[in-house]
Amino acid sequence: MDLLDHLPVLVVIMPLMSAPLCVLFDRARPAWLVSMSASWLSFAAAVYLLIQVSRDGTISYRLGGWAPPWGIEYRIDLLGAYVLLIVTAIAALVMVFARRSLEKEIPADRIARVYAALLLVFAGLTGITATGDAFNVFVFLEISSLASYAVISMGRDRRALSAAFQYLVMGTIGATFILIGIGLLYMMTGTLNMLDLAARLPEVADTRTVRAGFAFLTVGIGLKLALFPLHLWLPNAYAYAPSAVTAFLSATATKVAVYALLRFMFGVFGAEFSLNKMPFDLILMVLGLAGILSASLVAVFQEDVKRMLAYSSVAQIGYMVLGISLASNTGVSAAILHVFNHALMKGALFLAVGALAYRIGAVTVSSIAGLGRRMPWTVAALVVGGLSLIGVPPTAGFVSKWYLVLGTLEQDLWPVALLVLIGSLLALAYVWKLVEAAYFAEPAADAAAVREAPLSMLIPVWALVIANLYFGVNTQVSVGVARQATDLLMGGGG
Amino acid sequence: MLDAWPALPLFLGALLAAVTRGQLRATVMIAAPLLGAYGVFQLEPGTTTQFELLGYALTPVRVDSLSILFGYLFHLAALIGVVYALHVKDPLQDVAALAYAGSAVGAVFAGDLLTLFVYWELLAVTSAILVFARRTELALSAGMRYLVIQVGSGVLLLAGAILYAVNTGSLAFDHIGLDAPGGWLIFLAFGIKSAFPMLHGWLTDAYPEATPTGTVFLSAFTTKVAIYSLARGFAGTELLVYIGALMTCFPIFYAVIENDLRRVLAYSLINQLGFMVVGIGIGTELALNGAVAHAFNDVIFKGLLMMSMGAVLHVTGEMRGSELGGLYKKMPRTTILCMVGAASISAFPLFSGFVSKSMVVSAAIQEGHPIVWLMLLFASAGVFHHAGIKIPFFAFFAHESKHVANAHEPPTNMLIAMTMAAVLCIGVGSFPGLLYGLLPYDTGYSPYDVSHVLAQLQLLAFSALAFTWLKLAHIYPPELKSVNLDAEWLYRRVLPEAVRRLLAKLAPFDRALRQLGKSMVQRALLGLARHHGEYGVLAQTWPTGSMVTWVAALLGLSLLLYYL
Repeated sequence: MDLLDHLPVLVVIMPLMSAPLCVLFDRARPAWLVSMSASWLSFAAAVYLLIQVSRDGTISYRLGGWAPPWGIEYRIDLLGAYVLLIVTAIAALVMVFARRSLEKEIPADRIARVYAALLLVFAGLTGITATGDAFNVFVFLEISSLASYAVISMGRDRRALSAAFQYLVMGTIGATFILIGIGLLYMMTGTLNMLDLAARLPEVADTRTVRAGFAFLTVGIGLKLALFPLHLWLPNAYAYAPSAVTAFLSATATKVAVYALLRFMFGVFGAEFSLNKMPFDLILMVLGLAGILSASLVAVFQEDVKRMLAYSSVAQIGYMVLGISLASNTGVSAAILHVFNHALMKGALFLAVGALAYRIGAVTVSSIAGLGRRMPWTVAALVVGGLSLIGVPPTAGFVSKWYLVLGTLEQDLWPVALLVLIGSLLALAYVWKLVEAAYFAEPAADAAAVREAPLSMLIPVWALVIANLYFGVNTQVSVGVARQATDLLMGGGG
Repeated sequence: MLDAWPALPLFLGALLAAVTRGQLRATVMIAAPLLGAYGVFQLEPGTTTQFELLGYALTPVRVDSLSILFGYLFHLAALIGVVYALHVKDPLQDVAALAYAGSAVGAVFAGDLLTLFVYWELLAVTSAILVFARRTELALSAGMRYLVIQVGSGVLLLAGAILYAVNTGSLAFDHIGLDAPGGWLIFLAFGIKSAFPMLHGWLTDAYPEATPTGTVFLSAFTTKVAIYSLARGFAGTELLVYIGALMTCFPIFYAVIENDLRRVLAYSLINQLGFMVVGIGIGTELALNGAVAHAFNDVIFKGLLMMSMGAVLHVTGEMRGSELGGLYKKMPRTTILCMVGAASISAFPLFSGFVSKSMVVSAAIQEGHPIVWLMLLFASAGVFHHAGIKIPFFAFFAHESKHVANAHEPPTNMLIAMTMAAVLCIGVGSFPGLLYGLLPYDTGYSPYDVSHVLAQLQLLAFSALAFTWLKLAHIYPPELKSVNLDAEWLYRRVLPEAVRRLLAKLAPFDRALRQLGKSMVQRALLGLARHHGEYGVLAQTWPTGSMVTWVAALLGLSLLLYYL
């Protein structure tokens, strides 16, 4: 076996092993270099994996050479490779951005530890995506969660600590639920390998234990993906974490949770059980719609831009959940597509906000007044990201909204389609608030000294902005992979 | 590349004209129509480009002999217009003019209704800019009215196209006919742009208000695109014969009493359009050939007349016939060029109008429309009257006006442009085979036989006699400084007044209704803010315990639902 065969595990190992290196160096510059190389290497590995998977089909990797179901299996199918690509790409870009941003927001002696924690989060997220073992999912979930509690608490706002603590409590409950769920399944089937689980579950599907396991798993994952009304930890955590961390978490963490949900729903329990026997689609649809409308409305009234975007994330998760709840090929592929596109737009938006924060400190609607002329590139990025959020063609956001609406209309759920459009309208309202402040409001007296953000921050921001536009026009890759992944997922097994 | 999109050079030229200055821009402006014409020359009839959009086949470019003829015509007109406007240092006009010409070219090569609609609206916007570019109060309001009507025509076209597409499953722009679903809407859209009677107000309203150079472009493109569209979609529609006949006649009365000489030309434009519409309505090969050929010639000679009047306006700043006169002493070349145009529009033998108009007139009698034939004869005499005699007479001869003292020949580029047009007028008139070769049908028609020439000369001679006699007997309506009321008066005065009165009556109800609506919206917003506002229930930071309650609630609910 040469090195390339080990890629499925290397994607996870590289960041995991780099984290202690950062702590050992304990200085900002070397830690940054380590993180950069780890994340870019992982990105390269993910690109290679996606190409390999779409060419040769699902990759199964036996950890330590033990054959499943006894050993731990890493299993990368098309969907997994797709999500891995998103996570690693965002990580790579955020690392470029993080150097200047963290220098500004974190005391110098702690920066290395932020990188270490960030790498651990990253390793956990890739691990959840790559593994084919249910218990392994829980382990990596805990790795990423614990690291993210730590990294959120390092925000410069004092409220970061309490936000992190709340997240810790909630996240731990979520993780516990997931563990309980997995435990119940193990009890009934005696296996932890997902494929094996999928094969054995149908025999025992009618037992209360399995149903309870399903309930615990879905609620636990729902907590992790900030499903309305379990989203309450999210706004503060995003708002007070360091900017680079917020950008990374918002673009990846909830996405991976969506991935885990899809994996358990379709890959382990199977569509038949999750959607036909259990009324899970109904729960998802109601909560998804409530999330879209309520969180968007809250976002409209927010003054703090990071909080506004955090609430908008909750709404966007509503779109993904809604797509899944349609239980049709179009709906699920719209959800997967939105995972991809939302990573692009929220990544771009939070990075742009981070660039603003680098120059002006706290980013509120009134503090960005008149900055359209002072920081034209940053604000323009904010606007394009916002347009994508609303779903204006030719941005990526339009494509996923389009498929989502198509999915609802396929099933004649036109009231739902209408609500989705109302959600877009609300997005327009809060994005317009930003545009109005940045371009039409009189600048504050001290705004004259504000300069454009440094190039090392603008490059990752604009890389994402251009990706937003590119994937809005050329939908071949994003839609194509999402469709194929859906077919694989809905076709059973996975 | 050029055969993929014939309008490309003109649009590219418009883009380049926006960023270049001075000599360079002049070069770009001249090169664009030349390159475009070369592109048309390269086109092979029968080639199309197609792609699929939302299940409908779109044909952005469709090439046949009809579109090629109009392609040449529009590039020619653009070239003449550009040369005529070379002395103008206004990037806005240059860009708008080239984009306008480009839209016209795009429209005649459009093979489906959706593409046509896009260019249709582009025509509206770009041409309105040429009106606005005069930058006077009058031009601004005339331009606004113009734009509303033009865009409205586009909306009708789109509505018709959608109806058509939904019912027939095709967007192809071929023969449509009035019986087709949406046919009437499309017909009306074309009718507005071809200045059907009562729909013509925009033309006589806006064209005379545009810049001296802008009017030359305006008179060439918009109405000819409409004529092309009618010929393509509604050839042989009998209704058009009567509409056209009416169009040839009614403007004559307005033209005779109108004082603004460019407005006289605008009326005579409608009159010429009438001939084309009749030709399309008759719909035989000869008639269609005549209509198309007349469109071709009209662009050239109407352009020439517009240019000569533009030159007068440029030199004197005056366009009212009552204030002009005697300019032949200072502007002899312009005078001669203007008279070539006048001879052409009046259809003197050996001038271009003769070889095309006679086709339509002959077709009318051949196909058994004697009354229409008589109307066309009357109109021909009338044309000679107001465009052939009145225009040159009042501008260059008549009484000696105060402008003569300061008058001089216009800039060289204007003279060159006019000469180009004049040469074409005489060339086509003397060697009609050149034009006939380009026409869509081969009818073997010859204009120069005894009966045609004799009939036309008689007509002209008696018309001239009438003018002379009326003038000498002082019966001819004197050129008064007056404003004439036309159809546009309906929407400039009557309609606004009626609406204003109605609104005054409705105002109290309206106010109460709005008050009610406002207070309801306000109450709703307050309610929303209470829940979702910054410190609203849903936006607060919750205590951890409450969050956990939600988790428990959801778990309980899930378990309950799953166990049932």
